[in-house]
Amino acid sequence: HVTNDANQRALSKEWQKSDIIARMQDEKSGIPIRTVKSFLTKIPSVFSGSEIVQWMIKNLDIEDQVEALHLGTLMAAHGYFFPISDHVLTLKDDGTFYRFQTPYFWPSNCWEPENTDYAVYLCKRTMQNKARLELADYEAESLARLQRAFARKWEFIFMQAEAQAKVDKKRDKIERKILDSQERAFWDVHRPVPGCVNTTEVDIKKSSRMKNPHKTRKVVGVLLPFLLRSRLITMKHRREQTGLLFLAVIVNRHRLKMSKVAESLLAYTEQYVEYDPFLTPPDPSNPWISDDTTLWELEASKEPGQQRVKRWAFGIDEVFKDPVGREQFLKFLESEFSSENLRFWLAVQELKKRPIREVPTRVQEIWQEFLAPGAPSAINVDSKSYAKTTQNVKDPGRYAFEDAQEHIYKLMKSDSYSRFIRSSAYQELLQAKKKVQNTKSFPSLFTPSCSDKYSTGGRADVVLLRYL
Amino acid sequence: VLNFKYRGSPLIPEMATQEVQLNETLAHLKTESETLKSKLEEERAKLHDVELHQVAEKVEGLGQFVMKTRRTLKGHGNKVLCMDWCKDKRRIVSSSQDGKVIVWDAFTTNKEHAVTMPCTWVMACAYAPSGCAVACGGLDNKCSVYPLSLDKNENLAAKKKSVAMHTNYLSACSFTNSDMQILTSSGDGTCALWDVESGQLLQSFHGHAADVLCLDLAPSETGNTFVSGGCDKKANVWDMRSGQCIQSFETHESDINSVRYYPSGDAFASGSDDATCRLYDLRADREVAIYSKESIIFGVSSVDFSLSGRLLFGGYNDYTINVWDVLKGTRVSILFGHENRVSTLRVSPDGTAFSTGSWDHTLRVCDDCYFLSNLTTLQPRVTFLVTSCNVCCFSLFFFFLSDLGLRMRTQRMKW
Repeated sequence: HVTNDANQRALSKEWQKSDIIARMQDEKSGIPIRTVKSFLTKIPSVFSGSEIVQWMIKNLDIEDQVEALHLGTLMAAHGYFFPISDHVLTLKDDGTFYRFQTPYFWPSNCWEPENTDYAVYLCKRTMQNKARLELADYEAESLARLQRAFARKWEFIFMQAEAQAKVDKKRDKIERKILDSQERAFWDVHRPVPGCVNTTEVDIKKSSRMKNPHKTRKVVGVLLPFLLRSRLITMKHRREQTGLLFLAVIVNRHRLKMSKVAESLLAYTEQYVEYDPFLTPPDPSNPWISDDTTLWELEASKEPGQQRVKRWAFGIDEVFKDPVGREQFLKFLESEFSSENLRFWLAVQELKKRPIREVPTRVQEIWQEFLAPGAPSAINVDSKSYAKTTQNVKDPGRYAFEDAQEHIYKLMKSDSYSRFIRSSAYQELLQAKKKVQNTKSFPSLFTPSCSDKYSTGGRADVVLLRYL
Repeated sequence: VLNFKYRGSPLIPEMATQEVQLNETLAHLKTESETLKSKLEEERAKLHDVELHQVAEKVEGLGQFVMKTRRTLKGHGNKVLCMDWCKDKRRIVSSSQDGKVIVWDAFTTNKEHAVTMPCTWVMACAYAPSGCAVACGGLDNKCSVYPLSLDKNENLAAKKKSVAMHTNYLSACSFTNSDMQILTSSGDGTCALWDVESGQLLQSFHGHAADVLCLDLAPSETGNTFVSGGCDKKANVWDMRSGQCIQSFETHESDINSVRYYPSGDAFASGSDDATCRLYDLRADREVAIYSKESIIFGVSSVDFSLSGRLLFGGYNDYTINVWDVLKGTRVSILFGHENRVSTLRVSPDGTAFSTGSWDHTLRVCDDCYFLSNLTTLQPRVTFLVTSCNVCCFSLFFFFLSDLGLRMRTQRMKW
């Protein structure tokens, strides 16, 4: 599966960041880069932290300084720009100087440097007699460790470091300053200061696909003999054909208009807003805030609260979801001597939850109880489903009763369920807690259904009402 | 296969022409596929009469939310990769890169069980519906089930049961509504349904062209479907009974890391490396919303809905959690706090909180800060009151003035 797409993929993940960097570096609309004179030296090609923050607030849809600092710090931590006088890569909203990283060192190039490269770099640093290029403590420690690890090939590493130092000396002074800082920033990303996040760490699910995209390309194109190539092509054929069949089927499927779908989504959220603890504080309180588990204890009890009973009227699935709802529905049907439909439906649901080993026996039991001629809890299914089920039972699987179950579900939904909601038993449950709640709750100016508790979970508008 | 060396013998002319023919038919199939794909987009576009956020203009805005961390769970020695809630609304199972799987009572922050897996990178874990077992897996290409014992001293690893076997890493796993079946997705490009007791493969699902990274079961009591997302940028909806793919969506620009059903089961959200979350509706058979900002440039690792479906929580690779208004498409909150990538995010079963796991080795349980959130939504109402009072006063004043003017005029007329 791995093709040159993997490389493309890695690049496309980074395009958004490089797009922002490109805009930052734009001559006209980007951050102004300048050379700053300091003491006896010049600091080339820099801009300040505040300038970055200002640019972000002005040019991106960022609302405040906190967000700008967060994004900026991440871009620095990934190595797109860096503070020139600090190994720790963060963005500060002040006069601290920053420089852009050269694209050669961008993380989107995805090359992971080896420890030998780091050893050469640190060695080279020790050869340069400038105070500003002295090794930090953690770097000195790393160098010592690498010297021990590569003791046998140290001569080779030293030679490389020497060669690089020679090339560097030939460069222009200003150019050297810039390149040195960029190289240092590169290593700050790949060998970060202890305690800092290493942003080059990759999710293993992605890294295994990023490795060696080139190898597979070459192999498929050139080295494979004819027979194996034709095998690959027939596999691709098959995949294309199944893909085509799938497309042909779904092109003409039934679809709803967006307007209808949107209305439906709106209606659903409207209906459930009072049950959503993020939008309506739960009654009596949210356990995570108040450290009081009463809410969970109430839900576990057999006595359902009014809000919970109200939910059963939203649809038959709500009754089935709630174990107390199922119980009440069953009780109601038993009082009408018509509980076999629900019992069948529940039995089939249970069947699908059993281990596969138990399935054949359970299928027989269900058949005998509900569908066989002379069954004690005989249910009525249409002839088509009955015929199909009779066949299925001969070779019993988890879905043996699927058609029958669907038919019974539709029957319950259109008939028994609506009677249950209209029944006095249900209405009683609905009214049960209302009286108790009325004496406690205060009418609110802003929302009719409002919690009366003024604990940390309470609502500010009710508090305001008291003062009014 | 791919390492086979070319033997160097010359190709027979017949074989050469055969190869050319095969390539031609393949190209032909591909063009047919492209035609059908554009026809599919045409059909979908015909019913695109309005945007979701346009219809949502009539809904009241949510204002800004303030979220707060209520619990921090410390104990993992390396990146937290996955977590799942227990149905009891307070327990959590989490897995990490160092091979440890920990069961917590998040309410008290106590660790209740710990297992060390024989592999590193345990990328998937799930709690059984009964609360009596957990499943986990990762680089070992397997999914194993551990029954949880009440005896704290018992060695959980001894009772381990190997259930699923894939040919590449396990990316996600989930129990169906029973302890007896597990659904898995893998880097080998397939999903599979397993019988826990016997380890038997009940159904396999083929169709993704690359690693499958995530899955979610439809919330219905009667439904038999689930959705999966993969590195081929596709989100596929599957029929569990037949193993067939029944719907497919391909609008993301990069890997889909997380998929989650909308609570009604009619839609699902996805989070991707392209830094966007998207909402797809199954009845309209199309993408209906994109949740993105210019300043959000890091990938989304995980998404989940609040109970009503009005809020979408996204955990991002830039260490933050962004909260979106699903209907209006705007961001209503941003939560800082983690010191490294957020790798996993789930809302609790009763929606009272959400939990996140991160590469900074910790898990957090977060909540809405009701008082502060309501204060900001209160302000528009208060200003409305004040303005309307002012308007009333002014209009009364003007009425009084005009009334006075009228009386004066009638007086003059009398004269």
